[in-house]
Amino acid sequence: MKRLGPIDLVALGEGRTFDVDGERIAVFRTRDGQVFATQADCPHRGGPLADGIVGAASVICPLHARRFDLASGACRGDDCAPLKTYPIEIRDGALFLVEERAPLHLAP
Amino acid sequence: MSRKERLVVIGNGMAGARFVEELIARGGRNRYEITIFGDESTGNYNRILLSGVLAGTHTAHDIFLNPLPWYAQNGVTLHAGHRVSGIDTNLRVVHAGEVAAPYDKLVIATGSSAFVPPIEGLRRDGQLVDGAFVFRTLDDCSAIRKHAERARRAAVIGGGLLGLEAAKGLLGFGLSVHVVHLASHLMEMQLDAPAGRILARSVAAMGARVSLETATVAVRGEPVSELVFADGSSEPCDLLVIATGIRPNVDLARAAGLAVGRGITVDDGLQTSDPNVFAIGECAEHRQTMYGLVAPLWDQARVLAERFVARDASCTSYRGSKTSTKLKVAGIELAVMGERDGDEPDDEVVTYSEPARGIYKKMIVRDGKLVGAILLGDASSASTLLSAFDRADPVPEARGELLFPAVAGGGACKVEDLADDAQICNCNGVTKGAIVQAVRAGKRSLKMLCDATRAGTGCGSCKGQVEQLLAHEAGDAVTEDPSIHWYVPGVPLTKPELVAEIVARGLRSVSAVFAELAAGKEDPASKPGLASLLKTMWGSAYEDERDARFVNDRVHANIQRDGTFSVIPRIFGGVTSADELRRIADVSDKYGAKMIKITGGQRIDLLGLPKDELPNVWRDLGMPSGHAYTKAFRTCKTCVGSEFCRYGVGDSTKLGIAIEKRFQGLEAPAKVKFATAGCPRNCSEATVKDVGVVAIEGGRWEIWVGGGAGSRVRKADLLCIVDSHDEVLRISGRFLQYYREQAKWLERTYDFVERVGIEALQKIVVEDSEGIAARLDAEMQRAVDAYVDPWREAEEPVHPTQFASLIPVSSLVKKAAGGPR
Ligand code: SRM
Ligand SMILES: Cc1cc2nc3c(=O)[nH]c(=O)nc-3n(C[C@H](O)[C@H](O)[C@H](O)COP(=O)(O)OP(=O)(O)OC[C@H]3O[C@@H](n4cnc5c(N)ncnc54)[C@H](O)[C@@H]3O)c2cc1C
Ligand code: SF4
Ligand code: FES
Repeated sequence: MKRLGPIDLVALGEGRTFDVDGERIAVFRTRDGQVFATQADCPHRGGPLADGIVGAASVICPLHARRFDLASGACRGDDCAPLKTYPIEIRDGALFLVEERAPLHLAP
Repeated sequence: MSRKERLVVIGNGMAGARFVEELIARGGRNRYEITIFGDESTGNYNRILLSGVLAGTHTAHDIFLNPLPWYAQNGVTLHAGHRVSGIDTNLRVVHAGEVAAPYDKLVIATGSSAFVPPIEGLRRDGQLVDGAFVFRTLDDCSAIRKHAERARRAAVIGGGLLGLEAAKGLLGFGLSVHVVHLASHLMEMQLDAPAGRILARSVAAMGARVSLETATVAVRGEPVSELVFADGSSEPCDLLVIATGIRPNVDLARAAGLAVGRGITVDDGLQTSDPNVFAIGECAEHRQTMYGLVAPLWDQARVLAERFVARDASCTSYRGSKTSTKLKVAGIELAVMGERDGDEPDDEVVTYSEPARGIYKKMIVRDGKLVGAILLGDASSASTLLSAFDRADPVPEARGELLFPAVAGGGACKVEDLADDAQICNCNGVTKGAIVQAVRAGKRSLKMLCDATRAGTGCGSCKGQVEQLLAHEAGDAVTEDPSIHWYVPGVPLTKPELVAEIVARGLRSVSAVFAELAAGKEDPASKPGLASLLKTMWGSAYEDERDARFVNDRVHANIQRDGTFSVIPRIFGGVTSADELRRIADVSDKYGAKMIKITGGQRIDLLGLPKDELPNVWRDLGMPSGHAYTKAFRTCKTCVGSEFCRYGVGDSTKLGIAIEKRFQGLEAPAKVKFATAGCPRNCSEATVKDVGVVAIEGGRWEIWVGGGAGSRVRKADLLCIVDSHDEVLRISGRFLQYYREQAKWLERTYDFVERVGIEALQKIVVEDSEGIAARLDAEMQRAVDAYVDPWREAEEPVHPTQFASLIPVSSLVKKAAGGPR
């Protein structure tokens, strides 16, 4: 488990980018109280996903509006590679990245 | 249940992936466990649209046919980015590096590679030198685009179909382009010499230089800087595209011991010399013929899929394809089909040539049937000719009727008059009959129709015809997506309905709207539109939820392609001072602005600033936000006006400043731009602004509304003429408030004014026919009074990490409480 910091670091309904041991990870906090973590840079052209608009457990990239499912990482329009996702949890008001993170692969 | 057969496909290109799709569509998954190997790391894309990607008419994402998730969703195992290195036909195993995949049946669809002629200095260690490219894959296309940004003088070696499409793409980057061709005329594979000559003129007219019978013998420089030709001459060149033909990828097959001629030899069952191995696409040679176009490989993919699921494989076989193609270069119409010359003794060759207009038409008739045609400069009869060619219909006695349908009295041939088996989509082989049938089966919107039939999903050039067919067939029943009438896609209400519900239920936040009016279902794409509407309706009583805003509106700056931001401070009426300019200069130095630019809106843009520094930038500038990032009042462009200009009849500068002071930051359904001009010479282009104010003799001002010169150009309509600056502010404010209340999200005034009509607006806004003028004025005053400069958030951020571009985890242990900044 890696502690990222208090949950309030990420504003409600928004995302923020964290530097975790040199790896850029976007953390999202949805209005219904869930948290998600994905790779920070959009697979399309590197847009900062944490600056996107979040809703219905998905994020819309701020640069060209690709939409990604936060839980699976899949791109909604199926026109872009999926996001790498990381298991993340809230404990005692803080964000924790679950260490043994298994990136999601769609094609074995 | 017996074990499924293992099917392995090598090549995830147009033939391989299409075959798998055809197989799945026939229930092939019940019989086969499907695995595909693809050398490219992406899913399957429409290679023929790479020309469009280069020319900028398509984005890379537009051209995907089967994106990566498609494979998993359809139970297909894809090894993307895995190049197959060997086939063992005895053990029936395919090897790709570490991966070994056993097969019962194997399909080879490895396509071809660009042929690179032996030119001195072109390769180094087997690779093309920097600045030289082939044009075959998405990666090639991205590399060319990237290099083109820095290049000036491009050359394309090869004046065939691909070379000309590449040349057109490069011209679009503003480069000078030289097409260097070895043969004596362009596209000699498809065109005869007269057509080639006319085409060369059209290509020159497009802006490219063409050299024929010119051999390039050497390339100098790394990156490429010069080309040397056989006659000893040379010229500078900093981007080189090689388009000199293709070579089928047959090495794998040859090494596996399969029979290979020019391509992998296949019979009418598309079977190779090994009964368990098949080949389709550009790597296959069938009856001594190799194809370099997609239509034949669609046929092959279909036939092979049918044979793979049929009980009795002798039912269908492949007997070859007729070929036709179009040049996908905007501005040059060219369609060719079948034979080029007509060499048989009894062939009848009909030609028509009009070089001055770039028109050339040719038809080859054999035994009363069309066996070849060229249509250059006017391809309007292409679909008629194509269907005669495909179906081998008898050609009319008066041959010209086919080439000139209009002369024949029929008018331009209408798509609905074509026979049912006439092919409309030449990329996907979709007939008129199939399209009509789909419409009858209920596909009544263009998008549904294209998705269902695949028509129009190739190069897209037939979309107009598909739409025409839809209109003809469905008439009034053509549907639009219902959501186009809603204010935002996520709440099924029109704007008036939505406003009424919001008022009735007292909804003050975006989340409350989703909760009450969208069954609790959040729609991220609808958030900014709702936020804008609620702010307009409730003013300071609106409950601001920051997550409902687009990032620009969260950090009050404009996001750039690299994730940095641009800052445009407000310069009222375009009038600045030495002191302001000094501060702008200092801030640019201090925070390392990557570019300082005078904008088209008469102000100064500091580009490429990091998000983290925005509050400091604003503080040091000491100027208010210019709102260049948001759907709100933007600028008022002014001209010099009566103070200084010898023609000026009104003080347009002073008025412009007053307008900006009053309306700065005012939210609207779309951005709003003003301009004021001191006389009808209109130097500030006021008649193409959302609101333009023009001084006329006698101290009076014309107010123009609904103009624009952006993605659409529309001259504004004259709303009224008033006598004073105050009146300008009052009437234009009233117009703006009405627009704010009535317009759809993202509807610019140029669409709004056209929709409502200028007469109606004059009645409401000027004559007060609805008795709402006083209310509109009061609402506007309330909005003006509620204005707060968002850059004040430099002192009071709404969230501790509002401007953090990266939160370092290690340092958080200490800083967690306040958050980093
Ligand atoms: C900075 C500026 C270009 C410049 O350097 O001159 C500019 C830059 C952008 N324009 Fe513009 N426009 C700029 C003047 C214009 C003008 C000219 C004018 O305002 O007099 C027009 C035509 C007039 C008009 O709007 O009708 C113009 C028509 C557009 C359009 C087409 C709008 C339309 O509906 O027709 C867009 C796209 C959009 O808004 O969706 C656009 C969008 C953009 C965006 C914001 C694209 C975006 O969403 O990121 C650009 C931001 C670039 C960046 O990376 O920072 N820009 N843009 C100009 C800023 C003016 C200012 O001081 O605020
Ligand atoms: C820019 C451009 C424009 C074109 N325009 C047109 C047009 O307008 N009309 C038209 O009809 N045709 C056009 N073509 C031609 C058309 O694209 C080809 O005929 C078609 O793509 C051939 O399909 P294929 O599947 O045989 O080969 P490809 O589409 O090339 O697919 C072969 C795939 O196999 C992969 N592969 C090769 N070897 C291996 C290996 N050892 N292991 C794993 N994978 C491997 C390759 O990476 C590739 O992805 C155009 C081509 C280009 C490049
Ligand atoms: S519009 Fe008139 S006042 Fe303004 S600069 Fe031009 S001529 Fe002068
Ligand atoms: S960078 Fe994310 S959609 Fe383009």
